[in-house]
Amino acid sequence: MERFELRFSGNAPLAGRAHVGVVASGDLEVLMEPSNETVVSVRTSVDGFEKVWRATLARFFARHPVAARIEINDSGATPGVVSLRLAQALERTKA
Amino acid sequence: MSATMSAALSSRGRTWFEAIAGGAARLDGGPASVLAADVAIGGDTVRVISVVTNPDNRFPRAREGEVGLDEGWGVAARVREVFGPEKRAILAIVDVPSQAYGRAEELYGIHLACAAAADAYASARLAGHPVVSLVVGRALSGAFLAHGYQANRVLALDDPKISIHAMGKQAAARVTKRSVEQLETLGEEILPLAYDVRSFAKLGLVHELIGGVDADAPSAEDAAKVTARIADAIADARSRPRDLSSRLASPEARENRAASIRVREALAAQWG
Amino acid sequence: MSVPALMSRTSFVELNARERARALLDDGSFRELLGPFDRIESPWLARQNIVPQADDGVVVARGTIGGVAAVAIAIEGAFQGGSTGEVSGAKIAGALELAAKDAKAGKPIRPVLVFETGGVRLQEANLGLAAMADVHAAVVALRRHAPVVGVIAGMIGCFGGMGITAGLVSRLIVTRQARLGLNGPEVIEQNAGVEELDSRDRPLIWSLTGGEQRHAVGLADDLVADDADALADAVRAAFERGQPAEHQSERIAFWRGRLERLPATPEGPALRKLWMGDRP
Repeated sequence: MERFELRFSGNAPLAGRAHVGVVASGDLEVLMEPSNETVVSVRTSVDGFEKVWRATLARFFARHPVAARIEINDSGATPGVVSLRLAQALERTKA
Repeated sequence: MSATMSAALSSRGRTWFEAIAGGAARLDGGPASVLAADVAIGGDTVRVISVVTNPDNRFPRAREGEVGLDEGWGVAARVREVFGPEKRAILAIVDVPSQAYGRAEELYGIHLACAAAADAYASARLAGHPVVSLVVGRALSGAFLAHGYQANRVLALDDPKISIHAMGKQAAARVTKRSVEQLETLGEEILPLAYDVRSFAKLGLVHELIGGVDADAPSAEDAAKVTARIADAIADARSRPRDLSSRLASPEARENRAASIRVREALAAQWG
Repeated sequence: MSVPALMSRTSFVELNARERARALLDDGSFRELLGPFDRIESPWLARQNIVPQADDGVVVARGTIGGVAAVAIAIEGAFQGGSTGEVSGAKIAGALELAAKDAKAGKPIRPVLVFETGGVRLQEANLGLAAMADVHAAVVALRRHAPVVGVIAGMIGCFGGMGITAGLVSRLIVTRQARLGLNGPEVIEQNAGVEELDSRDRPLIWSLTGGEQRHAVGLADDLVADDADALADAVRAAFERGQPAEHQSERIAFWRGRLERLPATPEGPALRKLWMGDRP
């Protein structure tokens, strides 16, 4: 398991908080909450992919520059699944 | 009993049953692997129950002292026989290597047989019968859940050969894809993974560790000493709540089962 | 079943634990306790380099069932095989203990447990086992005052110490996708050898411990289709029945009598023939 914290610039406020996903093989859990700064804490079962995480998250925040505190508990999800879960979580914050 | 036999771990359930029951007659009926007797201890007539080896067990997977179908239902029957206004105490002597692992066991509902035993002990406790268990050997997995873990008070001999765990070492190593050595190292670092009784006691789950006795071949003095501790535990159980809350009340539990306590507090706060 | 009926079915098996709890509670009544944002996760997994989950794999939700106060406790089988650790076990036991307190005080409560687990989490070993003993104690204490309903939907099923819990509930509902036992087939094969049980022989495994077999011999009370509405209906109906005259785990003479009538070889169909005449 590896853990790291990544920061991005985002200023669009979130309407609420959301939780999606499960820590199951090939999947991940995302907890997304309103915050003054954009910080993502990642715990992942697969070591050595911090760069990929940074790129995946940077793409997400480029499209959705939200101010959010995000926690990710990952069990080996692909970047595609990560992007999907982030989009789902963001959608749910609007509900 | 020969010295070599009594030295074997697999006979401790029988050894201690005989040591505690002394001259009391073994109750007739029931499977040969479930020993029971009514024994005078501290003014009480205590129902003493032990699950032991039986090489002729009709279920081959339950010949080494495992809790199988007949054992689960047999223990349940021995416990329920005592139900009544006298609120007699019940003592479970625990040396159980595992539940019986077998195809017949699954098909015929070993989960229900174990549930029946756990139910009987828990129902006895809730009805006001003091239930004490004395761990003298192995207290493993579903076998311990069925026979011993529902007691108000868990006593254990302070002996290095005692083993208490969710699964035997070899099997746990296979299932978690770790080596036995790795498991042992982990147990030194992470308390709930340890197999030894002293680590188990640090979780706040043991009412009292009883040291200074020969666990393999108890002398008359050893038996008297342990019997006195049983009598005290029975008296203590009679004067305290009938639930298992005492397991979360000790300093050990507050330190090493802190999350168990915190979850209950948070749930109560949010219950509504 | 007609095509529109099939189309309108929601598979319960495919729902996650949170969705399952929601599906069993009356519409709009779901309120989760100790949800993911409370962040009470396992204190033991990260220390072993295992990624924890914010709710530790158990969802506890208050709500109503048939208009009566309820608590739904659902295990998430996808996280660590639904295994019982210190926190997940304390959530189950703690919720049942609170339900017992209410029931004892005369407040109506409908507690339902949705199982999906292999049993104790070996990475938390003795604390999982201790929590399991607490769960057993809590079910026995609670069912003296209110019936406790269990649901096994599948696909993992219900094994280990939680199989014992399933043996303690007042009424047990299963689907055809459910399995129920004490030892999972892999554990039996590892401990007793492939000649005892070949864990890869799926038809054999299902014939021994599958939901249909368990229902046929009375080790489960209701067999229900994998449909969220049908399961919610069955759970509600189970509560409306009230307490059983005797819980299965108390029926010593009956079950010991059955154990005197066993087939020559341990096979599901043969057992059904012998036991079906006196289905409990």
